[in-house]
Amino acid sequence: MELCELTANELHRMLTGKDVRAEEICLSVFRRIDKTEDQVKAYLALHPEEALEQARAVDRKIAKGEEISPLAGIPIALKDNLCTKGHRTTCASKILYNFVPPYNATVVDKLNGQDVVIIGKTNMDEFAMGSSTENSAYQQTCNPWNPDCVPGGSSGGSAAAVAAGEAICALGSDTGGSIRQPAAFCGVVGMKPTYGTVSRYGLVAFASSLDQIGPLSKDVTDCALMLNAICGHDPMDSTSVPTELPDYREALVTDIDGFRIGIPAEYFAAGLDDHVRRVIEEAITVLEQRGARVEETTLPHTEYALPTYYIIAPAEASSNLARYDGVRYGYRVEDAKDVLDMFSRSRSRGFGAEVKRRVMLGTYALSAGYYDAYYLEALKVRTLIRRDFERAFEKYDCLISPTTPSTAFRFGEKVDDPVTMYLSDVFTLAVNLAGLPGVSIPAGFVDGMPVGLQFIGKPFSESTLLRAAYTFEQSTTHHLKRPSLTPEVE
Amino acid sequence: MLSREVVDHVALLARLELSEEEKERYTTQLSNILSYAERLQELDTGDVTPMAHVLPLQNVFRHDVVGEHLPSEDTLANAPDRQGNNFKVPRII
Repeated sequence: MELCELTANELHRMLTGKDVRAEEICLSVFRRIDKTEDQVKAYLALHPEEALEQARAVDRKIAKGEEISPLAGIPIALKDNLCTKGHRTTCASKILYNFVPPYNATVVDKLNGQDVVIIGKTNMDEFAMGSSTENSAYQQTCNPWNPDCVPGGSSGGSAAAVAAGEAICALGSDTGGSIRQPAAFCGVVGMKPTYGTVSRYGLVAFASSLDQIGPLSKDVTDCALMLNAICGHDPMDSTSVPTELPDYREALVTDIDGFRIGIPAEYFAAGLDDHVRRVIEEAITVLEQRGARVEETTLPHTEYALPTYYIIAPAEASSNLARYDGVRYGYRVEDAKDVLDMFSRSRSRGFGAEVKRRVMLGTYALSAGYYDAYYLEALKVRTLIRRDFERAFEKYDCLISPTTPSTAFRFGEKVDDPVTMYLSDVFTLAVNLAGLPGVSIPAGFVDGMPVGLQFIGKPFSESTLLRAAYTFEQSTTHHLKRPSLTPEVE
Repeated sequence: MLSREVVDHVALLARLELSEEEKERYTTQLSNILSYAERLQELDTGDVTPMAHVLPLQNVFRHDVVGEHLPSEDTLANAPDRQGNNFKVPRII
């Protein structure tokens, strides 16, 4: 097995044991990128020289006998909506084609503080709006398990990079499932932490009451290591919660004896692929064998989560995206006859179809005469959705469900039908509306394509989720499988 | 079903200049999404408090002291057009 196929935890042990140098790990990842990136197209930008420099700095520390952090020297990819000082951050949009942030996102500073090796910026749906990464203005990312299929989205580049060994871990962002859904489609672990756990400072805003940054990794152990690195209060984000955080590594125990796990019946209803259902049922059996008490429960307002989300998220987006006006940064149309003409034409040429659709939808939902009927109503239903979860958590330690109704779909299959595309997030977006943590882990395969198992917890119960996920993972071998990418033969 | 007039008005509010073809497409697609959203009206939400935010945080203040800030040159570095230390835009009035 090549270095790029190992986990951060394994590589850390090799680094501290002086069995390998960080430079070799970095070179292994770039060799893999050379071999597979033509096919996968996970990255919008690579930073090979800086990455090698960061790796060599870690090697110097080790040579001097200094202690290194658990992620030191580990190659990590960043979704291209995370601001990186001096490196283009485009959100896969034409409107930010030339935007070079003057500061780092807090998570980027935190990772740098751990001496990680940043490989580059990954592809995504434009402004994180989408479920397939097909909405990128620049390129299509392929699913490493089958290049005819989408990697999921919107963090599709990050998920594909980790699955293909083009990064050891990655960061994504999750507004309605944008970490968990691509993690499920690409057969990796992806966590959306509780709202407020990770600072959003320097994350280009999509829907501010829903957005949260989180890790993608090959296994649950690496997920815990990444969480340790990125969580924590930040005065630069007023919605970041000042709370004592645990060492998430302590949650990595294989013990769920007596755990009470609820299965929301609504997540196993019509629309769920039969083969996916069978994989999840097998997963439930595994959890029961490990001593969990699994029983059916109900989240009665589940069917309203999707329409609620598709009012609230576009409403917030239409407000957040008002800043793209061609004045301070980004694309500006030439020869504008006045300032209004400059705003309208810069935005129309700079934004892609899905972004314009959501800006229109959100503007409508917030406009005079429709605000009460759509936006205010959606905020009320959001309360009902949150109460459903609160009631369930009176009885259960966590809930489980399939992450997605089907495995990865083919390119073009849903891109022209917004509502069908939106349905691929039906099991993930209620978690964002309620501000809860959720993690997707590999649960098996259907026709060679990965299936994700989602664990949902109460606010700030990431440790509980990691413990349940880790126990499942250590009882199975799905997380050890890697896609066999071979260069296409003409 | 949304009317074309509403779509025109919303496009103006959103500062988007849409082509004829886009207007036609969005009229249909937005209507579909909104009719899907109309099922929210089925619920009795008379006594329900709207939730704009999941956290119990309110009024997060900081001390009124000068902190670090970006130098003007860094702030202006991405400007499509500038004049001195200002962002330059086409004629407003």
